[in-house]
Amino acid sequence: MRPFEYVSPTTKAQAVSLLASNWGQAEILAGGTDLLALMKDDVVAPKRLVNIKDIRDLTGVTYNAQGLRIGALTNLGDLADDANVRKNYPALSDALIEAASPQIRNMATLGGNLCQRPRCWFFRNGLGLLPKDETGKELVTDGDNRYHAILGNDGPAKFVSPSTIVPILIAYGAKIRVEGPKGKREVPLEKFYVIPKTETEREHDLQPNEIVTEVVLPASTGVKAAHYEVRQKQAFDWPLAVAAVALKMNGSNVQAARVVMGYVAPLPWPSPEAEQVLSGQSIDDDIAQKAADAAVKNAKPLSHNAYKVQLARVSVKRALLKAVSGGAA
Amino acid sequence: MKNVTITINGAEQQAQVEPRLLLVHYLREVAGLTGTHIGCETSLCGACTVLMDGRAVKSCTVLAVQADGHKIGTVEGLANGGQLHAIQEGFWEEHGLQCGFCTPGMLMCSHDLLAQHPSPTDSEIREAINGNLCRCTGYEHIVNAVKSAARKMTKRVSARAA
Repeated sequence: MRPFEYVSPTTKAQAVSLLASNWGQAEILAGGTDLLALMKDDVVAPKRLVNIKDIRDLTGVTYNAQGLRIGALTNLGDLADDANVRKNYPALSDALIEAASPQIRNMATLGGNLCQRPRCWFFRNGLGLLPKDETGKELVTDGDNRYHAILGNDGPAKFVSPSTIVPILIAYGAKIRVEGPKGKREVPLEKFYVIPKTETEREHDLQPNEIVTEVVLPASTGVKAAHYEVRQKQAFDWPLAVAAVALKMNGSNVQAARVVMGYVAPLPWPSPEAEQVLSGQSIDDDIAQKAADAAVKNAKPLSHNAYKVQLARVSVKRALLKAVSGGAA
Repeated sequence: MKNVTITINGAEQQAQVEPRLLLVHYLREVAGLTGTHIGCETSLCGACTVLMDGRAVKSCTVLAVQADGHKIGTVEGLANGGQLHAIQEGFWEEHGLQCGFCTPGMLMCSHDLLAQHPSPTDSEIREAINGNLCRCTGYEHIVNAVKSAARKMTKRVSARAA
């Protein structure tokens, strides 16, 4: 690992002032579970690390009738075990437990999970987010793209969005709050992610001198939700497909549905097509299948990942059936 | 260089470290505690698991400066004088180790589990050690060892209470 300057501000304002206005100079250190891996592999080499763990008001979970507020430094383990999360957002708790091994859950923070970099092996080998050869040809298109995107892959970005908990957070209606030199702003979580068009852009909307401060979820009354992921092994692994659903119920019928897929596109991928199929319906095997078919209708697999279309389809179907059979809030 | 104050197995230590020094290297090379093993150095194998403020973490993916002001527990801190910890006894009696390389990490991870869940089910044990690889693949015995440790610890707690 290359040497760097290490600073530990104790307020948000100090932290913001220690960050740089361009990517690459300074990085935010929270749990470090992703950043340190990137630095060991020399994928990123910041000159300064800004440790934000000494900022006190960024940790903790509060719950009331309006919903849930999660401080960005809350670790994934504490969040998964939080009594209010387990009771009112059980699908989030499920997703958190599957997100990493216990040791990583004890270190990794929610904010860090939302800002982690893609798992794309071209990127992790230092070839960039939009890897090209010397003639400008895209490496992923002809290379080993078995884990890459099947949706939203028309542009140069072929990686998949790395967080496994973002889909369920979006399904529950999460908003993310960030703070920077211009003050505070709040963004719906699904608008926080962007597809980079050049190597100097990142895959989220966070500016280089902003920090994520909290995530808020609306109340989950009358919502049935579920998280489902397909992995190569039962114990922790990066998934091949993720589906998250949140169904606002009116009796036994769906009043409004959110269906969000993960690991299929450079963004967390909501499916209005599936949501439309579900609207007003009572969910059974047949409707779940129709919604799942709609969710992958526009998939355009690359040369080695057509299998992921079926995995994404099955994930959506199983998440829907799990939501209605589990009776989860 | 940064000054750090880290309490390791109950003893406070001060040192000057480079910010890029990993906690596992600090423990082995600065503190001289080589019981914590370096396996993959990519936070996959769990051999380097230690306790930070009582919770299991992978010390290859923690900087020593991140441990500043915190309490670290390593395998050397488990036994009390000549008396092995119940978790160590469990691994000994149930043949929870073969080559022993993964063992310190397995012990520390089990310590965190049993502090949270004194009587874990088999599936809770398997979930708790899913970030620890045993390449001898002795997982059955490891699960038995953790169960045995849980029984011993529960018995000792109730004996003390009586």
